[in-house]
Amino acid sequence: MVIEISCEEVWREVSNYLDDEITPELRARMREHFKGCKHCTAVLDGTRNVVRLVGDAKAFVLPAGFSDRLYQKLDRKLSKDGPS
Amino acid sequence: MGCGACLQGFGAVEAARGSEMMSAVAVRTGLPGTSLRVDKETLAGTKSQVEPLELELIERVLGGQHEAFRELVRPCERAVFMATQAILKNEADAEDAAQEAILKAFTNLAKFRGDSKFSTWLVRIATNEALMKLRKERRHKLHDSLDDGRKDDNGNYVPQDFADWREIPSEALQTKELRQALSWALASLTPKHREVLVLRDVQHFTIEETATRLGIGKSAVKTRLLRARLQMRDALAPGMDGSWSTGRREYKQVRPW
Repeated sequence: MVIEISCEEVWREVSNYLDDEITPELRARMREHFKGCKHCTAVLDGTRNVVRLVGDAKAFVLPAGFSDRLYQKLDRKLSKDGPS
Repeated sequence: MGCGACLQGFGAVEAARGSEMMSAVAVRTGLPGTSLRVDKETLAGTKSQVEPLELELIERVLGGQHEAFRELVRPCERAVFMATQAILKNEADAEDAAQEAILKAFTNLAKFRGDSKFSTWLVRIATNEALMKLRKERRHKLHDSLDDGRKDDNGNYVPQDFADWREIPSEALQTKELRQALSWALASLTPKHREVLVLRDVQHFTIEETATRLGIGKSAVKTRLLRARLQMRDALAPGMDGSWSTGRREYKQVRPW
C-alpha cells in the first residue's frame, strides 16, 4: 500500500522523476498517482517530450553561414596578429 | 560532430598523465616558472581536464601554426553559440558575441591554464561576452518581466496547462516553425534557468557536471531544471495538441481551476 501524494508534490518532483533522482519509494507513489490523475500524467508526458525535443541535435542548429563568417573573421585576424 | 557529443567526449584524462602534459605545455609556451609550479600543484590533486588532442592543437597554435585553431574550435562552435544564445535572445547578437569570444580565445590562448577543458574555458569566455553585451543593451528588465510564471504559496512553479498532448515526434524538428518555437520558448526563460536547461538537456551533461560547471549545488540545478522544463512545456503547449505534426492550429487549453 503506497501513501498518497498530492498533485503539487508531483509537480515539484516531475523533473527529478524523469532524471531518476528520487527514491524508489517516491517513484512508486508518483507512479500510483499518475494512474489516477490525467492532469499530472499530461504534465509528465509533456515535460518528457520537451526534454527529448531540446536534447535532439536537430533542435538547435547554428545559423546558416555561421562557420563561414567565423573563419573569415578569424583569417582576417590571423593575417594581422597571432596569439599573445 | 555535434558539440554536445564533443563536450561529453572530452572525458577526464588520467591525473598523472594530465599533469605531465600540462607541465609540458607550460614549459613550451614559455610561461613563467611560477605558473609552472602552480600548475603542477593544482594538477597533483585534481584531474587534468584537457584532452591529448586538445593539448597538441593548443601547442601547435602557440607554436605559430595558427590554422590549428580552427580544428580546436570547430567541435565547440555549437556549444559556444548555445551559450551566447542562452543569454542574448537575438540570433544576430548571439552570433556576434560567439564570434567575438572565439577571437578573444585565440588572442588569449597562452593564458589557458588547462585547469578546465578547453571547451569549458571557451564557453566561459562566450558567456562573459554575452553578459557584457546584455548589460550594454540594458535588457535585464526585459528578462525579469518574462519571469512571471504562476507560483503557489511556497514559490513553486505551477504548470499552466494540463491538456494531454499528442507527442511531438522528432521528425517535426525538420519544420522551421517548431525549431523557432523551441528557440522562443528557450528565450522566454530567465538566464539562470536557461543555462541549466542548456547544459543538462541540450548538451546532456549530468546534474553533477552541470552543477560543477556553473559553480552551484546539485539541488539548485534540480530546482532550476524543474522550473525550466515546466516553463518550456507551458511555452510550447499551444502546439502540443498535435498541430506541430498535423498542421492544425486549434488548441484547447485545459485548466482545472
